[in-house]
Amino acid sequence: MIDAKNISKSFGDQQILRNISFHFEEGKTNLIIGQSGSGKTVLMKCLVGLYDVDEGDIEYDGRSYSKLSFKKKKKIRQEIGMLFQGGALFDYMTVEENIMFPLSMFTRESYEEKLKRVNFCLERVNLEGQNALMPSELSGGMIKRVAIARAISLNPKYLFCDEPNSGLDPQTAGVIDELISEITHDFNMTTIVNTHDMNSVLKIGENIAFINQGELWWTGNKISVLKADNTVLNDFIFATELTKRLK
Amino acid sequence: MLQVFRKPDKGKMFGKQLMVEFQNLGVDSIGIVAVISTFMGAVVAIQTAYNIDNPFIPMTMVGFTTRQSVILEFAPTVISLILAGKVGSRIASEIGTMRVTEQIDALQIMGVNSANFLVFPKVIAAVIFNPILVIFSMFLGLAGGWLACISFGLVSSADYIIGIQSWFEPYTVFYALIKTIVFAYLIVTISAYQGYSISGGSLDVGNASTKGVVYSSIFIILFNLILTQLLL
Repeated sequence: MIDAKNISKSFGDQQILRNISFHFEEGKTNLIIGQSGSGKTVLMKCLVGLYDVDEGDIEYDGRSYSKLSFKKKKKIRQEIGMLFQGGALFDYMTVEENIMFPLSMFTRESYEEKLKRVNFCLERVNLEGQNALMPSELSGGMIKRVAIARAISLNPKYLFCDEPNSGLDPQTAGVIDELISEITHDFNMTTIVNTHDMNSVLKIGENIAFINQGELWWTGNKISVLKADNTVLNDFIFATELTKRLK
Repeated sequence: MLQVFRKPDKGKMFGKQLMVEFQNLGVDSIGIVAVISTFMGAVVAIQTAYNIDNPFIPMTMVGFTTRQSVILEFAPTVISLILAGKVGSRIASEIGTMRVTEQIDALQIMGVNSANFLVFPKVIAAVIFNPILVIFSMFLGLAGGWLACISFGLVSSADYIIGIQSWFEPYTVFYALIKTIVFAYLIVTISAYQGYSISGGSLDVGNASTKGVVYSSIFIILFNLILTQLLL
């Protein structure tokens, strides 16, 4: 589990996050939702340690990130897997090399052992046999799946996904959502997904934080989100014609 | 900068990366260095020969002047400027693209020291391989001069060879190599910094690439003056 405690973050005069506290639960897909520009990505980058918070603290299973030494922070980072919006695959490496990279960096396993793990991860994301492809040869959905495979290669305790469905058609987006949810439950990870895709919210949102203008506006889950009487949240949830009609 | 020169996270991966950089920054530059050096040496020899119209100046001076020009200035400085264009733009755009496509963030999140992983092998590769390229350039420059002299009948082969052997000071080669090592370091660190520190999109990658080349070239010229004053 990850605890965000009173997090604030500014860039210059512009305050992006204001006093955000949230408990991200283990073995569940935790969603951070909100409009574009609401501060979701900044919150996620604070959580993974890419940005230092101005105020507040982040605890990984009780370990206060800001108080840890450089070495211990590095250790925590090896327990994190992250799926970036664009995949962030190393474009000069093949699929196999991309997935093998964390294993080569942080384990002493033989090539055969690493290959076995790579093939397991590829199989888990339904891409078995695609080892030799370059990222430029992959479709948007395949890039996301390879990125997930790379993110889980070190068997992380925490999985972060930044807008995993952006740029994907609804069917492929659904596949990615299912994959994230399955992996979370299979490996009992603390998964945090940053999204503004309502299909994802209703499909995998077991624990949801709604961010609006840098503040935590509402918390709940995929069932309570439909019944919430928060006007700002309702405007966000029922923004599309389809959801308006369903309501 | 301190992050760049830390102990690599994993020696084996560093070695692998170093080999890739030897290929990218060094071996891939052999062609352009060969062409430029040969023609540069030829032009220096031709210009020297045409400027010697005093019968009291021996024709061996053509070889001597070509050697001095090539070793002292053309090979270390001009080749470094060419490499600033070729290698510097490559480094800035490669690292800049990795920055805007979040590949550097991905490395950071994995717990990899991205500055060290991406920049340190490039520094080592350039500092080791650029002197090799410059020595290669010196030989080809002298060979180019010889080829021009005998092809256009400017100086006899014997005079040219006597000229390049006359009053040879090995220290000039040492001086050229010291300059090359400093220039290699400047090219890589300045270009890598430009790429590493960008934010934005493809336009910023282009800007970083341009800045990498321009700043590297300016610093090469500046340090050329400083090192020449200090070492000669």
